[in-house]
Amino acid sequence: MTLTSTVDPAEVAKFEAMAAEWWDPNGKFKPLHMLNPCRLDYITRQIAAEFDRDLTQPLPFKGLRLLDIGCGGGLLSEPMARLGADVVGADAAARNIPVAMVHAEQSGLRIDYRHTTAEDLAAAGERFDVVLNMEVVEHVADPLAYLTACQNLLKNNGLMICSTLNRNPKSFVMAIIGAEYVMRWLPKGTHEWQKFITPDELYDLIRRAGLEPVDKKGMVFNPVSWSWSLSARDLSCNYVTASVKRNGH
Amino acid sequence: MTHDTDILIVGGGLNGPALALALAQGGLRVTVVDARPAPARADAGFDGRAYALAIASRRLLAMVGVWPLVADQAEPILQIKASDGLAGQGPAPFFLTFDAAEIEEGPMGFLLEDRHLYSAFLQRMQQTPGLTLLSGENVIAQDTDAGGISVTLASGRKLTCRLLVGCDGRGSGTAQRAGIRRVGWGYGQTALVTAIRHERDHAGVAHQFFMPEGPLAILPLKGGHHSSIVWSEDSASAERIQNLPDDQYLAALRPRFGDFLGEISLAGDRFTYPLSLSLAERFIAPRVALVGDAAHGVHPIAGQGLNLGLRDVGALAQVVIEAARRGEDFGSQTTLEQYQRWRRFDATTLALGMDSVNRLFSNDNPLLRAGRDLGLGIVNAMPGLRRRFIRQAAGLQGDLPRLLAGKPI
Repeated sequence: MTLTSTVDPAEVAKFEAMAAEWWDPNGKFKPLHMLNPCRLDYITRQIAAEFDRDLTQPLPFKGLRLLDIGCGGGLLSEPMARLGADVVGADAAARNIPVAMVHAEQSGLRIDYRHTTAEDLAAAGERFDVVLNMEVVEHVADPLAYLTACQNLLKNNGLMICSTLNRNPKSFVMAIIGAEYVMRWLPKGTHEWQKFITPDELYDLIRRAGLEPVDKKGMVFNPVSWSWSLSARDLSCNYVTASVKRNGH
Repeated sequence: MTHDTDILIVGGGLNGPALALALAQGGLRVTVVDARPAPARADAGFDGRAYALAIASRRLLAMVGVWPLVADQAEPILQIKASDGLAGQGPAPFFLTFDAAEIEEGPMGFLLEDRHLYSAFLQRMQQTPGLTLLSGENVIAQDTDAGGISVTLASGRKLTCRLLVGCDGRGSGTAQRAGIRRVGWGYGQTALVTAIRHERDHAGVAHQFFMPEGPLAILPLKGGHHSSIVWSEDSASAERIQNLPDDQYLAALRPRFGDFLGEISLAGDRFTYPLSLSLAERFIAPRVALVGDAAHGVHPIAGQGLNLGLRDVGALAQVVIEAARRGEDFGSQTTLEQYQRWRRFDATTLALGMDSVNRLFSNDNPLLRAGRDLGLGIVNAMPGLRRRFIRQAAGLQGDLPRLLAGKPI
């Protein structure tokens, strides 16, 4: 059953307008659109390496069940579905769900979007090969409890990709003053710097949650090419990690 | 919604097939719509039309599997000599020489006849899975929606795709239908193109004589005793010359050509091409990208038109295939903007650069002429600057797409 067949047409028009806003590369979510190719480079390569998939082949992620936590308008869910994964997109904000559904339908993709949380999905016994946990952990009240829920959501040998912001004077200047006040990329108050997590702290939390961290990379903005790229050395601001569940609980 | 094809390419010339091969090899489904019937140029005889392919272009042709089919027909360019000449007076004292030995990549480029190149493309397209060629078809309408673009053909057939690419030349209908305007101007010049047979071996040397009426390029063809010429004159003279019988045509050419290759005779058909510059104001529109002359029709001086087009091909193929491998919608504005950012500066500077070179040299003002001779002499005396010119001509300057560096995407 599709969204358009179950919801009032006036509501659908509203959701379509909101979807257009989510997916406008120069609109409100411009910073996410700019970051997206870099995030996807990391995610696709890590999944390909862990599950021995060839990205040059069609539908390389066929057969993988993937959860996108904090899916928003579906900026990560749609690419994963396009690569063949069986995708569940979860968002704690109810208003995002119909918006993401409308856009997936326009894109001709089947994605299971749900208004729920990682904790509730884990309690319901849902299990995934891959959990995407991108730019979420710095917003939650109890990171350890949240990461433990993510661990519970993984099948044995499953992979979690987790990105967040480092906590140091540079990230304070870049993420809060730069992105929120100077560039106006993000609404003021988007981030609380105290909740940012250093890579060492995140590795420690991930281990305590029962996962094994296997890789970390920085995501660095280059003002000359006006694009983001992955860096093995510079994790001073945005960074992304990969962790696996071995001999699962 | 599923689409009939991933990418639809309008135009079956050379850039269109090159892009189609690169994308199909990257795992995408591609359809090429070509206005001509299929075998139109496939088994043509010698007509003298040829391309000066830069090293980077040759690499791209190798990557898409076309080069092995034409390598035996290609003549390496070992040296380029540029000089400022006046008809009947022979070359001026300052000669500018570019030698392949000055760069490590080998020959500076290759001369390849159109008939060989096109039939090689046709053969490869027929062998490539995922690639469909619709010959004798024209696009009459295109309509963009949120998830794709729908294209109507003259036959009434409709095809949907995620990206429409215009490789349909400087009069690009794809650009017009997308509302992309053009700027441009004519030069009042026309190029006379033909092939010459000459007594002495050309030894792989290409010549460019800058004459007041316009440049004369002599480009070495396979075998040593044939060269392709691109002879630019003001349009009125060109028309008069084109209408002359063969012996009088040759008589007009001889004083310009000189006698350094011995006796010359006509060896191919005679063509004319009016020279003009035509730039698209944008290279992209929603779900539409322009490639080659559709984006930037340049003065054909130094044979940079096809080379510039193949750079577009390499950049667009790379941007699209990489987006597809990330699972992104490769027809999206984000992806197309990457292509435009990459290509627009290069194409526009080269187009305007060639325009000013032509304006500077197509002039008989004695002061300018003295300045030019001095300029050519200075460039010749400075190895670093000369090496930069050679690398530019060979297509090795700038941020090269992977296919033009000889690497797979």
